[in-house]
Amino acid sequence: MDLLSNLIFGLSTATSVVNLGFCFAGVLLGTLIGVLPGIGPTATIALLLPITIQIGDPVSSIIMLSGVYYGAQYGGSTTAILINLPGEASSAVTAIDGYQMARNGRAGVALAVAAIGSFFAGTVSTLLIAIFAVPLTEVALRFGAAEYCSLMVVGLVCATALAHGSIVKALGMALIGLLLGLVGVDIYAGTPRFNLGIVELSDGLNFVAVAVGVFGIAEILRNLENEHGRDVLAAKITGLMPTRTDFRRMLAPIVRGTALGSLLGILPGGGATLAAFASYAVEKQVSKNPDEFGKGAIAGVAGPESANNAGAQTSFIPMLTLGIPANPVMALMIGAMIIYGIVPGPNIVAEQPALFWGVIASMWIGNLMLVILNLPLIGLWVRLLTVPYYVLFPTIMGFCAIGVYSVSSNVYDLYTVAFFGLAGYILIKLRCEPAPLLLGFVLGPLLEENLRRALLLSHGDPTVFVTRPISAALLLIALIVMAAVLVPAVRREREVVFAKED
Amino acid sequence: MKAVRIDPANCLCGAIFIGTGAFFAVQASALGIGSALQMGSGFFPMLLAVVLIGLGLLLVVRALRTEGEPIGQFAVRGMLLILPSPIVFGFTINTLGFMPALFLTCFVACFASVRMSVAMAVLVSAVVTAFSIVVFSYALGLPYPLLGTWLDYR
Repeated sequence: MDLLSNLIFGLSTATSVVNLGFCFAGVLLGTLIGVLPGIGPTATIALLLPITIQIGDPVSSIIMLSGVYYGAQYGGSTTAILINLPGEASSAVTAIDGYQMARNGRAGVALAVAAIGSFFAGTVSTLLIAIFAVPLTEVALRFGAAEYCSLMVVGLVCATALAHGSIVKALGMALIGLLLGLVGVDIYAGTPRFNLGIVELSDGLNFVAVAVGVFGIAEILRNLENEHGRDVLAAKITGLMPTRTDFRRMLAPIVRGTALGSLLGILPGGGATLAAFASYAVEKQVSKNPDEFGKGAIAGVAGPESANNAGAQTSFIPMLTLGIPANPVMALMIGAMIIYGIVPGPNIVAEQPALFWGVIASMWIGNLMLVILNLPLIGLWVRLLTVPYYVLFPTIMGFCAIGVYSVSSNVYDLYTVAFFGLAGYILIKLRCEPAPLLLGFVLGPLLEENLRRALLLSHGDPTVFVTRPISAALLLIALIVMAAVLVPAVRREREVVFAKED
Repeated sequence: MKAVRIDPANCLCGAIFIGTGAFFAVQASALGIGSALQMGSGFFPMLLAVVLIGLGLLLVVRALRTEGEPIGQFAVRGMLLILPSPIVFGFTINTLGFMPALFLTCFVACFASVRMSVAMAVLVSAVVTAFSIVVFSYALGLPYPLLGTWLDYR
C-alpha cells in the first residue's frame, strides 16, 4: 500500500545518522527552552533559522526545527508539574492539576502520565498527517489563484477568530501584519513601496527580525516588569509508574485529548495552546467527579498533555500540504523552506518526497526520543531552573543579535528587531495578540500576488471568487467561522475558555 | 459631574491602528491606485489601510464608552537597556568586529535587570562571547571578522 511504502521511505530518510543527530539536537533544545520560562519555541526557531542554513540540507533543518517545537511541549509540562511554572503557554493548564499531584507526592506519576499521553498523541497525529496529506494535496493541486486567495482569507479569519481577546483587535493585528508584509518591492511593477526611502529595506522587512522582535524581545521585556525569584520545589521524584487504576483513568482523556488536539491543530490560529485549554474544559465537563479537578485529577493532566502534543503536530498539515501556516511556528518553517528555495504548497509531496515523508517520520522518532530523554533527565532540567533569569536574558539578547544579523548581514535588520521589540511590547501591553500579526506578515505578499493574479485572469471580474466552486466553498467557511464567533453564545464560551488562561 | 469613562488600552490601540492605517494609506495613494483590472501598486495596501482605520475608529468609539483596566506598568529600565542592545551590535559589528560587538551587546543588556552587578555582567558577557565564537565562528563558520576595521592593527 502506498502509505506504508511512503512511511518506510520517510523512516529511511529520518533514521540516517545525520538526521537522527539533528532530531536529537532539536528535541533536546526544545525541551530546554520549554523548561526555561521567558523564551519560547517561536523565538528560538526564528533564531535558529539562519543558523540552520549553514547546515545546508532542508530536510535536516526542518527535522531539527520541528523537534524544537514539539520538544518544547514536553519541556513545558515538566516545569508546570514540578514547580507550577509553565515554561510554555500550552502547559499552563497542565500546571493546574499536575502541580497538585506533585504536592500530593505523585509528581512521578504526573510526569509519566504527561509523557505517555504526549507519546500516544504524537504517534496518532503522525499517522493522521501521513493519511491525510496525500488526499489533501490532490485537492490542493486543483487550486488556482482565486482558490489560494480565498484559502488565505480563511486562514486569516480563523487566526483572528481563535486569538485571545477582542476580535476587532486581532483583525487589526492581522491587517497590520499584512501591510508590513507588503513593505519592499511591488512584484508586478517593480516599484519600491513603504520603505521610507531606505534602500536596505527594499527587500522587505526581515522576517526573522520581526518574529524575534515581537515574540522574543517583547517577551523578555514583559518578564522584566517585576523581577521576583522563582521557588523551585525540589520535589522528590519517586514512583514513576502509574498504578492500574491510574491507567484506567487516563485512557479515555488521552484519546479524547488526542482527537480534540488533532482537530484544533489543523485550524489556523489553533494549535497546541488552544487544544490544551479546550481539552481541560471538555474533561471537566465529562468527568464523573468534576470536583477533583484543581486538586490533582489525572484526567486534568492526561487530556491537555495529549491535546497539546497532537495540536502541535497536526498544525504541520496545512503547512506541508497547502503551504498555509496555521500558527507563527509554521510560518517560520515556511520561511525556512523559502530560504532553501523550496516553494511551499501542494507540490511538495511530489517534488520533495524526502522532505515530506522524512519530516513526518522524524516526528514519531522525535516523540520516542523525548519519552526516553525526559524521565531520566528531569533532575537536570529542574537544576537548570535555578539559573537566575538575569543571567539568561543577556545570553538570549546576544544570540538574538547574532541570529538576526546572520540572515543577510544587513545592519538595518538589527534596527528592525529593536523597533519590533518595542512595538510588540507595546501591543502586548495593550492586550493585542501578536500571532495574527506574524501570520498576516507571512501571508501578505502571497495574498496580494494571488489576488492580483486572480483579477488579471478574470479580466477585472471580482465575482470569480464566488463563481469558482472551491473558492466559493472556502469563502463560505470563512463567513461561517466569522459569524459563529460573533454569535453571543459562542462569544461567552470563548471568554470562558480564555479567561482560564489569565 | 459624570466622570469620563475610558478604556485606555483600547483607546490607545485604536489610535495606533488609525495612525498605522493612515501612514500606509498616504503612501499608497502616492503609489497609484488603479482599477480592479489594472491594480496599481497602492490598490491592495489602500484597501487594507482603509479597513484598518475603520477598525481603529471602532475601537476608539467603543473605548470612550466603557470603563477599562489601566494599562499596567511598563518595564522602563528594561526598554532602555534591552532595545539598544541589538542597535549596539548593529553599530559595532563592522567597526569593532564580532568579538567586541557581541561583548558590548550582552553587557548593555545585562544592566536591564536591577539585580545585575558589574562583575557579573562582565562575566556573563565574556562567557557568551567565548561560547559564541566557538560555536558560530569556528563550528558553524560564520564569516564575521573577530576584530573590525577600527581595531585592525595589521
